[in-house]
Amino acid sequence: MRKIRLIIQREYLTRVKKKSFVIMTFLGPILMASVWIVPLLLATRSDGIKTIEVLDETGLFFEQFNETADVKYVYISDDLQTAKENLAGSEHFGILYIPKPSYSTPNAFFLYTYKNPGLNLKMQLQEAANKILENKKLEDVYGIDAQTLAAVKSNISLVVEDIRTSKKSYTEVSWALGFIGGMLIYFFIFMYGAQVMRGVIEEKTSRIIEVIVSSVRPIQLMLGKIIGLALVGLTQFLLWILLTLGIITAFTAIYADQVTSYKMGEQPITSSGQLFSTDQMGMPDTKDGLSALSSDENISQILDVFFSINYGIIIFAFLFYFIGGYLLYAAMFAAIGSAVDNEADTQQFMLPVTIPLIFSLIIGVSFVLNNPNGNVAYWLSIIPLTSPIIMMIRIPFGVNIYTELLPSMILLILGFLATTWIAAKIYRTGILMYGKKASYRELWKWMTYKV
Amino acid sequence: MNLIQAERVTKRFAGHTALEEVSISVPEQSIFGLLGPNGAGKTTLIRIINMITAPDEGTILFNGRQIRPEDISMIGYLPEERGLYKKMKVGEQALYLAQLKGMSRQETIRQLKEWFEKFELISWWNRKVEELSKGMQQKVQFIITVIHKPKLLIFDEPFSGFDPINVNLLKKEILALRDNGSTIIFSTHNMSSVEELCDSIALINRSRKILEGNVMEIRKNQRTETYEAEISRPGSELALPHGFQLLESKPSGAHILVKIKVPVNHKPNELLSHLIEKSEVHSFREILPTMNDVFIATVNAAEK
Repeated sequence: MRKIRLIIQREYLTRVKKKSFVIMTFLGPILMASVWIVPLLLATRSDGIKTIEVLDETGLFFEQFNETADVKYVYISDDLQTAKENLAGSEHFGILYIPKPSYSTPNAFFLYTYKNPGLNLKMQLQEAANKILENKKLEDVYGIDAQTLAAVKSNISLVVEDIRTSKKSYTEVSWALGFIGGMLIYFFIFMYGAQVMRGVIEEKTSRIIEVIVSSVRPIQLMLGKIIGLALVGLTQFLLWILLTLGIITAFTAIYADQVTSYKMGEQPITSSGQLFSTDQMGMPDTKDGLSALSSDENISQILDVFFSINYGIIIFAFLFYFIGGYLLYAAMFAAIGSAVDNEADTQQFMLPVTIPLIFSLIIGVSFVLNNPNGNVAYWLSIIPLTSPIIMMIRIPFGVNIYTELLPSMILLILGFLATTWIAAKIYRTGILMYGKKASYRELWKWMTYKV
Repeated sequence: MNLIQAERVTKRFAGHTALEEVSISVPEQSIFGLLGPNGAGKTTLIRIINMITAPDEGTILFNGRQIRPEDISMIGYLPEERGLYKKMKVGEQALYLAQLKGMSRQETIRQLKEWFEKFELISWWNRKVEELSKGMQQKVQFIITVIHKPKLLIFDEPFSGFDPINVNLLKKEILALRDNGSTIIFSTHNMSSVEELCDSIALINRSRKILEGNVMEIRKNQRTETYEAEISRPGSELALPHGFQLLESKPSGAHILVKIKVPVNHKPNELLSHLIEKSEVHSFREILPTMNDVFIATVNAAEK
């Protein structure tokens, strides 16, 4: 045990002291925090207010467009040619030209501009124009005025409640948590599994392996390396989470006013689809209801969402599958590293190891997230090769601890023991083989050697 | 007393046999040469003694009993293909490898400093290995091999990569280690160093042991009854008696050196008295075959 401890210590310290580790540790949180901060910054201090000139030949749209935080409207009555000429000298963004409907242009509005408006603005204008036209139709054709319309408008939000726990469940939150959890495990296995492999290749090509195996058993060296790197990975993730939270907290504290005023603003930019904006991560189903609720109810709902998640299970399971999945795959990566002389030769053996990983991520995101309790999801979350990612995606949606989580965990432990056992057999022969191009047949023979 | 004894050790790999019933005995506190052409099975035997791999048949006895995993801390192994972590600092790395052998940290640091002083490496303690010359790296590896004062030392081609001055330094250290009680297995292709250092040898060829014994005895056993004499130039032709064969004759200053093979059933004294008659004899000695000769002759005989 003392020897494994020494190996773990070396693997850990040499990597943590590396410049690349330090750089990644600080760069990661900056990148992650910026995913959250940049959209907010862009929204709060958008690059200037765009003013749109509305040239309306139908007369239906006069003073109908609602101004938003970054789009203002002015209504003009010049002819199109003059308006275009005037635009060149003004700071206005463009001309929204609404022609009288004709056979050639039955449904089209035109935006004349010098700059591409971007999808966001285009959708916004389109939606606004449609809304105005629909309201007009309702009022003029069916005699329903705006007030009646507002009065009949309903705002139902579906509340899902678990019968056993009587807890409300928020599918969107589960979705996001599952997605993030699965992704993190996927990246962790890949990044650190590949590092294990590279470490083994380094020891083999530098021939230090010959010196070391006379003092420790190969399996001790392999396990020491795998565990050491797991600790490096955990350290990095922990630092990332702490630093990211730190940056976001500091940012929010400094820009608190702007952020809250933006959040309470009428039209958050959710239509542009920022995946990680707080709206979608935290309270997507409350977006429409936000204005309808008083601020007390609003906060209680946010808290409700927050407490609807069983964090204990999620954090425990995340750590378990994070480490278990890594251990399962790292042993295989170590075996691959031992079988080759340089990194270029790893290709032929990588495929069987990476396929289950990529497969779980694709199936997980495309299928399991949408049908977390189906048969496919169930079995993939039980089988050790796919369970780390698939089970992590399923857990936020709720799984049965005794019939689902426990068997999956036990199988993962057994699976990890099995891959380590097989990998160790390949490893102990492979690390001392040079210049021989290994094939699958060769690996099979190595497994049967007596040592 | 033999420190290490291999008994009928056989190791097969898929398709070929690396060792076939090889038995060797390494006496305690001696230097034992493990010789053989490339690919004969030396490295496999060394790995089996080191317990890096296990034999298919046969056993290794350490101190008279079956070798056990914990004995590994009493073995120091300098492999032929050897390397270090290139990015790690020299001192840190030596410390790590010594601790893997079971030494305590404090003790290791103290001893490492001594060795580093002796090998003039102390100023490199905090440098990365990749900054060292190949010879310096070899010195570090040598230190790492012997630092834990193992009872058994295994050196596989220890002199490769060293300049003559450092080869001498190393030879001195190896002899000192033996005199201080270590037993040394020494594998090499350099036959002159075998003559200089080894007490006994085993010769392995094509996975079988074909020769084993004390170096002096082996050389004597393989003697070819050849004698070298330094004589003053004889006035006339050096007519040898029947059966005596003049192998070589070359001038050496005012004298000439002759090599003469004495036929079976004749004594060297007959040659000497013949030479005395003909000329002035300045020196007369038997030429034993070099280990190089023994090696080539034995391997060639085995091949036939």
